[in-house]
Amino acid sequence: MEKAIKKFWPVFVLPTLAAFIIGFIWPFVWGIGLSFCKFTTVNNVQFVGLSNYLNIWIDNTFTHAFVFTTLFTIVSTVLINVFAFLLALLLTRHVRGTNIFRTVYFMPNLIGGVVLGYIWLVLLNGVLTLLEKPLLSLNATYGFWGLIILMCWQQIGYMMIIYIAGLQNVPPDLIEAARIDGANNRQVLTRVKIPMVMPSITICTFLTLTNSFKLFDQNLSLTGGEPAKATQMLAYNIYDTFYARSGPQWKGIGQAKAVVFFLAVVVIALIQLRLTRSKEVQQ
Amino acid sequence: MQNSKATKRVNTVISVVLSLLCLAYVYPIVLILLNSFKQERSITTTRVFELPTADTFVGFANYIQGITSMDFLSSFWYSLFISVSSVLLILLCCSMCAWYITRVHGKLSSGMYYLCVFSMVVPFQMVMFTLAKTADTLKLNNPYNICIIYLGFGAGLAVFMFTGFMKSMPVEIEEAAMIDGCNPLQIFFRVVCPILKPTMISTAILETMWVWNDYLLPTLVLDIKKYRTIPMAIQYFRGSYGKVEMGPMMACIMLTVLPVVILYLVCQKYIIEGVVAGAVKG
Repeated sequence: MEKAIKKFWPVFVLPTLAAFIIGFIWPFVWGIGLSFCKFTTVNNVQFVGLSNYLNIWIDNTFTHAFVFTTLFTIVSTVLINVFAFLLALLLTRHVRGTNIFRTVYFMPNLIGGVVLGYIWLVLLNGVLTLLEKPLLSLNATYGFWGLIILMCWQQIGYMMIIYIAGLQNVPPDLIEAARIDGANNRQVLTRVKIPMVMPSITICTFLTLTNSFKLFDQNLSLTGGEPAKATQMLAYNIYDTFYARSGPQWKGIGQAKAVVFFLAVVVIALIQLRLTRSKEVQQ
Repeated sequence: MQNSKATKRVNTVISVVLSLLCLAYVYPIVLILLNSFKQERSITTTRVFELPTADTFVGFANYIQGITSMDFLSSFWYSLFISVSSVLLILLCCSMCAWYITRVHGKLSSGMYYLCVFSMVVPFQMVMFTLAKTADTLKLNNPYNICIIYLGFGAGLAVFMFTGFMKSMPVEIEEAAMIDGCNPLQIFFRVVCPILKPTMISTAILETMWVWNDYLLPTLVLDIKKYRTIPMAIQYFRGSYGKVEMGPMMACIMLTVLPVVILYLVCQKYIIEGVVAGAVKG
């Protein structure tokens, strides 16, 4: 059979492969190439070696964005996963209304990042005015926590759904056996449930880590990087370097920043997968 | 058992707490809904929490202004067309490609598979400039063929999900069909496709959630003066005027959120199952 299918490869693989080359492989390779060049349009490209990579650090916006993004990623990953797991535990206790709760908590995921940002901008600015505090776009600390609240509101429901599925797959006889051996609630949770849902934890931390680290839409609409680029995250900083700054050198630097950003994402993903995979138990 | 009585009480407390949390979850959207019926003057940050009164209530004026001034209906049409065409194309091409990858073992298959996995990690900023240029050169910069770009960029996730499912599909059924005289195309559409249906639904949901809400890719690829998808239109409110017109903007936000919420309530079972299936594969 393999041979028969192989003859049909132009039908089966070619459309996807062609689109994949146009939409991903070619831009990716070209992007790496351009990171070593100075260019304003693609027609006047001038090879400059590693100077773009050295110039990334000329102004400290990228370093600042790096620190800001890392901090944001750590805080949001921890908060989202802890709350999502707590909600999942509560929603697997067969309390009344479980279905409604699940439906409502998941809903914000379906609304796009830009729209979510504006919804929360209105709400948070209203609250800050009531408390007689500066608006979101004037204070970086509020901007940071605003982004955290927004991310939690959006992502907790999604992660909760995954945790619920994981918890429901824990065999009941395992929990029963632990109880007969005299385990209390807390021991059942830490010794049985958490090890058994480790695959879900791997997935959820992976998703929250990469989502937070690559965040763009919410950053653009909620704070817009204000005040003075203090709440700019990496993805937005790269966008800003590309499209908002004038001067022939910035596009090349932006592309170099993008390569560094990409490498950072890969490193984080690999470390995270290795760390949590090693804690998974065989079922 | 006295234990169960205590459990019941705890459960009631939990129910109450979770209900309150529900209200907190819905509140931001309700706030926007209420404000979308108020006149411009009373949507300032100090008065945003006031309910619409007889003085400030303007009915659907904001909606009418939002729809006409932003040409919201054509934005809606572009978003809808791009989402539907892209997702259909992704489903068709990627399921075929995934079947080839699982059934034929060779360099093409394994190469494609690893590239797809790799492409899921790459952030969009890495390719945004060159992708926009490529799309311009190939004239893929209008809503009617941008789906090819989406196929290229969304292929990773879709191929990954399809192959994950197909690995557990028995090859015997397909071999039986082959002996009965089917060619590979017939096998795929008559035998494999029906088995794939649940995975198709999950993939469709995940890809739709992405394409419908995507902001940056259409902004860079499409000509913003001619074509605006919904996220672009919402962002354009702030970008184009010096002063943001809050009323029409909130009306447009509501018009964006409502169809999605209604669709979600109608088929939430599939959406939630789709997300779980996608996560397990991932």
